[in-house]
Amino acid sequence: MADIALDHKAGTLAARAAAAWERLKVNRNWLGFWFMLPAMAFLILFLAYPLGLGIWISFTDARIGRAGEFIGLENYQWLTDDSIFWLSVFNTLLYTAVASVFKFAIGLYLALLLNKNLPFKAILRALVLIPFIVPTVLSALAFWWIFDAQFSIVSWALRQLGVIEQNINFLGDANWARFCVIFANIWRGVPFVAITLLAGLQTVQPSLYEAATIDGATRWQMFRYITYPLLTPIIAVVMTFSVLFTFTDFQLIWAMTRGGPVNATHLMATLSYQRAIIGGYLGEGAAISSAMIPFLLTAIMISWFGLQRRKWQHGEAHD
Amino acid sequence: MASVLISDVKKAFGAVYVIHGVDIDIGDGEFVVLVGPSGCGKSTLLRMIAGLENITVGEIRIGNRVVNHVPPKERDIAMVFQNYALYPHMTVAANMGFSLKLRGAPKEEIDSRVRRAAEILGLTPYLDRYPRQLSGGQRQRVAMGRAIVRDPQVFLFDEPLSNLDAKLRVAMRTEIKELHQRLRTTTIYVTHDQIEAMTMADKIVVMHDGIVEQIGAPLDLYDRPANLFVAGFIGSPAMNFIKGRVTTDGAAAFEGPNGVRLPLATAPASSDGRPAVYGIRPEHFTIADDGVEVEIVVVEPTGSETQVFASLGGEEIVAVFRERHPFKPGDRIRLKPNPTLVHLFDETTGKRLNA
Repeated sequence: MADIALDHKAGTLAARAAAAWERLKVNRNWLGFWFMLPAMAFLILFLAYPLGLGIWISFTDARIGRAGEFIGLENYQWLTDDSIFWLSVFNTLLYTAVASVFKFAIGLYLALLLNKNLPFKAILRALVLIPFIVPTVLSALAFWWIFDAQFSIVSWALRQLGVIEQNINFLGDANWARFCVIFANIWRGVPFVAITLLAGLQTVQPSLYEAATIDGATRWQMFRYITYPLLTPIIAVVMTFSVLFTFTDFQLIWAMTRGGPVNATHLMATLSYQRAIIGGYLGEGAAISSAMIPFLLTAIMISWFGLQRRKWQHGEAHD
Repeated sequence: MASVLISDVKKAFGAVYVIHGVDIDIGDGEFVVLVGPSGCGKSTLLRMIAGLENITVGEIRIGNRVVNHVPPKERDIAMVFQNYALYPHMTVAANMGFSLKLRGAPKEEIDSRVRRAAEILGLTPYLDRYPRQLSGGQRQRVAMGRAIVRDPQVFLFDEPLSNLDAKLRVAMRTEIKELHQRLRTTTIYVTHDQIEAMTMADKIVVMHDGIVEQIGAPLDLYDRPANLFVAGFIGSPAMNFIKGRVTTDGAAAFEGPNGVRLPLATAPASSDGRPAVYGIRPEHFTIADDGVEVEIVVVEPTGSETQVFASLGGEEIVAVFRERHPFKPGDRIRLKPNPTLVHLFDETTGKRLNA
């Protein structure tokens, strides 16, 4: 009796396994998983692996030419006492905050301007993109020259106008240097913001403005109650990208100041490069880089919540 | 409420005139429909009344005031757009109350006026929804609600029903007409659909290529079109036109193509032998032994009526019968136009010849 029952049980188990396999074969999700694998492999290889490796190195005392050993949080402990590191954090936050605010304001203004019926509209729009098209290193070199201690055209012009008597030491003075790199970053970043917001503006139906005109809205009220709210989703996207790009900026600084004078313009990215590649302390450099992650995650989280589809975007379109 | 007076209004875009001098007198509380094919200038005219387009030449008065240089918001008008132009990020209530909010009206007043308009239009359950969450007909109603809330002197409608499906269009047509009968606000309504014009208007303005072809009550336009354009535009299926000339030897008659003779009640003065166009509506044919022989080409039954396309002396005509006939393509039947309902037009000028 018991044997029979057991046999029966084993039989059903085997049958169940077979049935599960039959079901799996026709399961769309299972099939989908296999279709997803190649893409996943690429993502893991080129995104997750370098990120993981970077974080791993930050927990080791690796140096160039020598595989490191795991040392836990020692690199990070070291950094907490490093005033240059904290200076670079401060610089990065200042750089990102000031540059982003100006890029947003100027970009929005330009977008509104370019959205009007101007003569030579197409050419103007193309011109606005120029700072974005020029390779960063090239524009950085140009700014380096513009802000040169001896040959700066700005100093020259101001001297000719009699505003100043001596050249301004643009890249040699801490605050001036900060101003210069932020200025260059704004110059470079505005087109991206302006063109993206312009694209957003063009999705706003012109009839909404006509309706608002008849409803009695002034130009400011139209911006405040129609343009701006309809633009918020795209503002969230473009500003997230802008903040991420600015926070991780490297090229501009490296070409203009290399973090100088006296680390006044060192960003976390440039400091990390200097420590890891120039100085050879891979572990410490990786730790500085990894220290950027929480900041970036915060920015992404903010935009994630900001980006969530607003209530008015929900629901079916009955067109 | 107010009257609207349009005097010799012209509109040019650059050097091109699209409206060539239009005069329309719209009485207080009237429902006027501007109708015409696309490009006739009807929407442009409406936008000039609204203040969305400049007036190149001429004068528009709302009430007793010349509004040529009055900004839209001070004209005391409300407009319903073809695509509704609802603010997508505002709820139905906010959409409807937006103009009052801009005017700085107190919140309670906005609320009560929005509620009243919502009740009129049956929108009360949807006040907290967003435009995306509404069906086409509901959006249409919100757009009207936005106009009603303002309690304006004049309602302007710019093809408000073109985005709706056929059934809803008929329902909304009735609704708009009811609304007008209830509120009695002067209404100017633009459409390209002559059936909308016929069913809704107190007065129809038929426009074509930037001029007014005829102004009149719907049935007047139907019974006595002033020219070929209006005759062809008003009525569905369209009026039949047969080219030929009037003869007065013996009884008055009309000589059509290939010697076909069509009956006339009386010949208009000094029309003998003149090239003319004989117009007869499809519903004004009867089957009679003394009619003209035609060959049936296509029969289209719609249930309530039957449209018969036939060849009359080589020209295609259409006749409509309320009663059912077992016609087949190729059949030969005799059709007789009702001579008292015949329209005669000058072939060159297109003007109406008979009284």
